[in-house]
Amino acid sequence: MSTRSKRNLITFFTDAVRWNIKGSISFQIFRIVLLLFMGLGIYAYSYQARYGLAVTGMNDIVSWGFYISNFTFLVGVAAAAVMLILPAYIFHDPDFHRVVIIGEGVAVGALIMCLSFIMVDLGGPLQAWHLIPGIGIFNFPSSILAWDVLVINGYLLLNALVPAYILYSHYKGREADERKYRPFVFLSIFWAFSIHMVTAFLYQGLPARPFWNNPLMGPRFLASAFAAGPALIALVLAIIHSVTTYKIDRSVFNKLRLIIVISAIINLIMLFSEIFKEFYFPTHHSSSAVYLFFGMDGHNSLVPWIWTSICVNFLATLVLAFNPGKNNPKVLLPACLFLFVAIWMEKGIGLIVPGLIPSPLGEVVDYLPTWVELFVTLGILSLGITVVTWLIRTALIIEEHHQRDTAE
Amino acid sequence: MSSEQKDTVTTISEDVMEKSSSRRSFIKGLSLAAAAGSAALATGCIPTANAASSEEMKLRWQEFFKKNYRLMNQKEKEDTVTRLERLAKIQDDMYVQVGHEAPIEKVLYGYAFNITRCEGFMECVTACVKENNLDRKTNTQYIRIFEMEPGKLDPSTGNGAYFHKVPVDDKFYMGTQCFHCENAPCTKACPTKATWKEPDGIVVVDYDWCIGCRYCQAACPYYGRRFNWGQAEVPKEEITTKQHYLGNRKRPKGKMEKCTFCIQRTRKGRLPACVEACPTGSRVFGNLLDPDSEIRYVLKHKKVFRMKDELGTEPKFWYFID
Repeated sequence: MSTRSKRNLITFFTDAVRWNIKGSISFQIFRIVLLLFMGLGIYAYSYQARYGLAVTGMNDIVSWGFYISNFTFLVGVAAAAVMLILPAYIFHDPDFHRVVIIGEGVAVGALIMCLSFIMVDLGGPLQAWHLIPGIGIFNFPSSILAWDVLVINGYLLLNALVPAYILYSHYKGREADERKYRPFVFLSIFWAFSIHMVTAFLYQGLPARPFWNNPLMGPRFLASAFAAGPALIALVLAIIHSVTTYKIDRSVFNKLRLIIVISAIINLIMLFSEIFKEFYFPTHHSSSAVYLFFGMDGHNSLVPWIWTSICVNFLATLVLAFNPGKNNPKVLLPACLFLFVAIWMEKGIGLIVPGLIPSPLGEVVDYLPTWVELFVTLGILSLGITVVTWLIRTALIIEEHHQRDTAE
Repeated sequence: MSSEQKDTVTTISEDVMEKSSSRRSFIKGLSLAAAAGSAALATGCIPTANAASSEEMKLRWQEFFKKNYRLMNQKEKEDTVTRLERLAKIQDDMYVQVGHEAPIEKVLYGYAFNITRCEGFMECVTACVKENNLDRKTNTQYIRIFEMEPGKLDPSTGNGAYFHKVPVDDKFYMGTQCFHCENAPCTKACPTKATWKEPDGIVVVDYDWCIGCRYCQAACPYYGRRFNWGQAEVPKEEITTKQHYLGNRKRPKGKMEKCTFCIQRTRKGRLPACVEACPTGSRVFGNLLDPDSEIRYVLKHKKVFRMKDELGTEPKFWYFID
């Protein structure tokens, strides 16, 4: 770290790069593996760019697949940062104040993954500029997709700039001026709810798809996001605690557990309510749910997927709720991992694909992602993880210095 | 505007190559190398040495930066169709005529389908595929015919994949396609206004403005839209060369397409290919604003109904019973 008097915006960035290219051997290997995965993703995407989306498993009936599924889920992960921001900045919870920067880093990573998933899903990515107001046409406010573009990019800006300002202040060796960033924190809290509600409205607003055209969609998106997102943040915190010198207090995990449990239980209640509606008196609007849970006309590729997800979700919620290990990380962390995966299964593929099956004219097909979709997805996830590690590593080094300085 | 138009008619071909609008003069200023590189990107592949003729590159570059069709003035429309015709010659060695006929005034197109008469021969499907240059590789079809059980009126209960001698006793047949809804969910969904309802009621897609997000496809309750998952393949000798910018011209990969009521024919006063091909006379097409038209006769004198009427999409496509 350069001496304090010489620090400016340029040294801020050069220091950030310098800290990030240094590191232990295992950290370097981790980075190289991520790079390799990104290379695989770029290779798969170039193949897709050449031959078109025909190389994916999608078709005119299942017109959205693995990409949009992951996008939908990751919007939730991004929105969940608000569960740290709210207590940290508004209630000045000292535990959360120390980790909020990590939550924001995860949100930025998740948003970059969301935008990447949208880009790779586009048939004409080079025409994406048609969306930019001024040089293109932005169908606002009519198209919910236009709203989604707006809220996701706005949330990315908020979540990048507020922490960047605070970190830069700390880097310069002074306290961040709360009066300057507090309005943006408030804005980002509303914005977090909006990105997830708007993404839900994307589906909820389509009468053509009865499985999605369901007023519970938005609230359920929030509940599942506030379970899965903090579960992921708990896992990230556990990794940081064990591999860096930045130690996370046990009480943070206990508070996170409470947030996860409440959200997961609300999510399960809403799931139960949806299942009741679909199956107590099934109409032809229930056919997507029938396909999802029991299969239809000999097509049942999602049946094991959704039942696995629901069972794992239920068990993980029980473990987190009854807390058999008395906050033992060896019990809590695997439960968080399982809950995260279960919600990813259900809110990704388990939500998007059956919404499109059967087709509006009653045709039933199965959808399986191809190697192209899997590798592109792997590449984007690696990109997201890389972004998160870069941001968090920079942030933690600055914060550690700052905390040492203020303690002196 | 009118003097500009006159000017244009005489010198279209020169215009494309030489004269420039303000936007194009900006583009001209950029280096040729950048043009070549970006145009190559625009098509998603690296050009081979012989394909990279500077004329083709220039045309593709100009095509890449053109406006949404609805915002183009008459001259810009003429420019782009001239470029498309020239590109078809350079790239595929095809002479095509790309029209940009405007909607005819006091015309609102409507369609009616006689479920008593249709016998499921699927001549309409074949004619549609041929007329609209639909992809033969993936067997894209705008029209679907469902073999229906008596007592049912919802195609989702029917068999859309029948392959046997028709007609079958005790079955009837129902065709679906884009219904050109007055209150279309697809046009509302599009984030870039690349799909819209024309004044004559036809719902169209600007293939070059579409970004391929497929939100319109998710929004359509009638399975009326088709996506170009790959580059469409049509045998050269089977290509219909009389085309329309919003109709059956060559579609780039990764763009949405759909039934346009054969806009390239109907705007010249002809019938859609499916209506012309139907051997049983089950298909009725005409101007809803003309009280003497056949479609108005059907709507007045027959028992008609529309599919999924409860959604409030107001399709301009009616089924009727003799």
